[in-house]
Amino acid sequence: MTNHWIDIGNSDCILIMGSNAAENHPISFKWVTKAMKEGATLLSVDPRFTRTSSKADFYTSLRPGTDTAFLGGMINYILSNDLYFKEYVAHYTNCCFILTDKYSFKDGLFAGYNPKTRSYDKSYWAFEKDKNGIPKKDHTLKHPRCVFQQLKKHYSRYTLDKVSAITGTPKEDLLKVYKTYAATGKPDKAGTIMYAMGWTQHTVGVQNIRAMAIIQLLLGNMGVAGGGVNALRGESNVQGSTDHCLLWHIWPGYLKTPRASNTTLAVYNKKWTPTTKDPLSANWWGNYPKYSVSFLKSMFGDKATAKNEFGYQWMPKVDDGKSYSWLDLFDEMYKGKFTGFFAWGQNPACSGANANKTRKALAKLDWLVNVNIFENETGSFWKGPGMDPKKVKTEVFFLPCAVSVEKEGSITNSGRWMQWRYRAVEPKGDSRPDGDIMIELFEKIRALYKKEGGAFPEPILSLKWDYTTNGKYDPHKVAKEINGYFLKDVTVKGKKFKKGTLVPSFAYLQADGSTSSGNWLYCQSYNEKGNNAARRVAVDKSGIGLFSEWSWCWPVNRRIIYNRASVDRYGNPWNKKKPVIKWTGKKWVGDVPDGGWPPMLTPDGKLNPKTKYPFIMKPEGHAHVFGPGRADGPFPEHYEPLECPVPKNLMSSQFHNPTIKLFTTDADVFKTCDPRYPYVCTTYRVTEHWQTGVMTRWQPWLLECQPQLFCEMDEELAKLKGIKNADIVIVESPRGKVEAVAIVTKRLRPLKVEGAVIHQVGLPYHYGWVHPKNGGDSANLLSPSVGDPNTKIPETKAFMVNVRKKGV
Amino acid sequence: MKVTRRQFIKISGTATAGLALMGLGFNLKPVEAYSLKLRTKNAKQTTTICPYCAVGCGIIVHSTKGKNAKVIYTEGDPDHPINQGSLCAKGAGLYQLVNNENRITKVLYRAPYSDKWEEKSWDWALTEIAKRVKKSRDASFKVKNEKGQIVNRTEGIAHVGSAAIDNEECWLLQAMMRALGLVYIEHQARI
Repeated sequence: MTNHWIDIGNSDCILIMGSNAAENHPISFKWVTKAMKEGATLLSVDPRFTRTSSKADFYTSLRPGTDTAFLGGMINYILSNDLYFKEYVAHYTNCCFILTDKYSFKDGLFAGYNPKTRSYDKSYWAFEKDKNGIPKKDHTLKHPRCVFQQLKKHYSRYTLDKVSAITGTPKEDLLKVYKTYAATGKPDKAGTIMYAMGWTQHTVGVQNIRAMAIIQLLLGNMGVAGGGVNALRGESNVQGSTDHCLLWHIWPGYLKTPRASNTTLAVYNKKWTPTTKDPLSANWWGNYPKYSVSFLKSMFGDKATAKNEFGYQWMPKVDDGKSYSWLDLFDEMYKGKFTGFFAWGQNPACSGANANKTRKALAKLDWLVNVNIFENETGSFWKGPGMDPKKVKTEVFFLPCAVSVEKEGSITNSGRWMQWRYRAVEPKGDSRPDGDIMIELFEKIRALYKKEGGAFPEPILSLKWDYTTNGKYDPHKVAKEINGYFLKDVTVKGKKFKKGTLVPSFAYLQADGSTSSGNWLYCQSYNEKGNNAARRVAVDKSGIGLFSEWSWCWPVNRRIIYNRASVDRYGNPWNKKKPVIKWTGKKWVGDVPDGGWPPMLTPDGKLNPKTKYPFIMKPEGHAHVFGPGRADGPFPEHYEPLECPVPKNLMSSQFHNPTIKLFTTDADVFKTCDPRYPYVCTTYRVTEHWQTGVMTRWQPWLLECQPQLFCEMDEELAKLKGIKNADIVIVESPRGKVEAVAIVTKRLRPLKVEGAVIHQVGLPYHYGWVHPKNGGDSANLLSPSVGDPNTKIPETKAFMVNVRKKGV
Repeated sequence: MKVTRRQFIKISGTATAGLALMGLGFNLKPVEAYSLKLRTKNAKQTTTICPYCAVGCGIIVHSTKGKNAKVIYTEGDPDHPINQGSLCAKGAGLYQLVNNENRITKVLYRAPYSDKWEEKSWDWALTEIAKRVKKSRDASFKVKNEKGQIVNRTEGIAHVGSAAIDNEECWLLQAMMRALGLVYIEHQARI
């Protein structure tokens, strides 16, 4: 979230699309309700009428996988009715930048496409620069090749007729949503979006969110109270685990995993440190080497020296252009690439798309380590459906871990708040905190390498691993390492710091090895002032619910990011009633500003040479309406899901996203417009269960509330198939099938798409064969192993199935 | 009327198992209030954050004191600015996640081609896993890739997880896996 949960209460219009917050983030509705009581409008757009829809002022449906078309229509509506926030768009976004004449868009393809590699040469999407190397700008937005004019041209194709034909949403409903939401384009109004996996789990996932980001920028909704682009994250610490980068492509703090071509630390830092020629751009990522070197110092401590590139060569490197993501990982496992596998606090046998492929892949391993609280479908895969234990070689180690209240440490919520948790009781039985398991396991591995030697032992022998107190894992020691230390007596920015003290904030980190920081984004979380995540000052001094002294949030306790865009160029808040920050003439007051530089204009209207543009993380300081970094294009474009019920894409002759990667094993089967799989299927969650249900299916209270897998379908479809409420049905895709209880409901309705009637069904994905018996298996047995070309997140929200009554 | 935290605990103390799941409501039967007050009297209070979705609601955990301390009650933290004491069904049921007879509390091992779990000690399991890690790593470690570039990576081991563990544990886990040379490191954020 660019903003945070309480801030939703500041909004004038809340669009919930791609999420079902009332069901899956129920307490968020405390703040949705507050906003509504103060006059806000709640819009719900979802294939199903959900618990969220039931609270909305207005609900409409759309066909799964057509969100970009829906939002493209909104961009068109805003532009053609002149409803955008002109000053904001002209000065804070790259709408004023001018594209080179190499850029073009024709029939679903952007310039630079290579059909052989199914990828784009992004040099075709560049900006024209002046003699100093600074992008040329036209603040009048009239230049025919400026981003704004190209945006207008691109979305003029998204007419109401076309969008309605694609999405199945009636035209008057589209207009109602567009009109209501576009009203937040006024300076003192704010609209917010609450989205989740309903937008990400598509082959156009990133572009769904980009489309909304463009809308938010056109309406001036970024950086302001009650605005932002807000991803509702689904796990208690999925924000923190992402920040600390348990992901193949990034190091903690969103630093890049080194590519093989990054042969030295100097080459690596040069490659990933963006530069700008514009003195008015802060280009915050210009600090990259300070963060990468401080990270390596945290990894290897005293063993990391300038002489050995701070241990850079000890870090594994990935091949250029190759992906090692979830889908690739299980594809390789299916082909027998791995001998060993850790499934630590996760249940991939149910959680990932095409679960049958995953389950078969597990049988190719020599050994599997499964850390969990309860028995689950991953650790016990060898005795699951279709498996003969006598034929499965995989050794499995199940390690029981403590639950959250049996250990101490912090987690980071969706609003980036890092909150400390305390140990209430000791772990049950022989179970142990995950931290203790890691500490002891690594010590044993290290002892083996010390004794026997082995392949490239240096990183193992050199890793800093002194995080125990009295032989037990000590979360405070790790938290301090994540924050970082001064490793010498130094003077930075005129201040003296002693060796061994904690770094106050990331502004003080250095690239010469004199500081450590396990994750620069968390630098300030645990400093000489104490453990800031543990703060409990439940007082809001801001008047807009920032609660700045409750816990701590990254970056540098800034509660609303991009807040320099919440003020005009003189530093006055767009919305005087809900100011996030304000320039007093001497300094900023309110939230922690995105940098302390003065506003762009002096009181007499002249450019202040000391200022910086507000979007400090972008090399050119302007928000990206035109996004030249994406794999599938600088503007979002509608493409059909890989499995869809329509024979063509009404927007262009590019049927699917032209840059998606297709897997080719016998388990990767896809069917589009196949009469055997005529219904659109989507997956979702219910309040009473969590993710694959490992933590909730074993709890009697929750299980009693939601005991088994169900399949929702519309009344017409049920009639067509002779299915009655509570019948047992078989839901089948080209990849697998599940048994479920039928729920025949008005919550789903047939959609009129391209002149034909299309039925949709939906299933929650919380179940698995281990427990409860007869509770049904994972809905991911049905979903396809194909992902977004940028994130590789699988398309589990739109695919094709058949449904029939069991025994028929 | 502004309800103080103490008053709130007193009022919401009426929650019975069924009501606890509803989370947002409470009833004021005085008899039940009295009985529950006794249960949490002299209990230790610790604060925690809900382990399910990422709203980050505050929860108070009441536990007995001493050696075999047990969680006896959990409830929404009225001081917490986000949830202000409210919880959804899952958060309200936190008590049952901790005190759950279905939890596995022994290290288990399944041998190749076996049809059953065996109970093992931590020391045995971690020693054996360390040996497997070393064997797989040594056998699959790649110093150079096909192009001859130095990559220093372990190709024979993969890792997934976890968004369900603490920040400090996440950081340690990535440090360990990267020091071992793994590049196939993924977790819930990807799916």
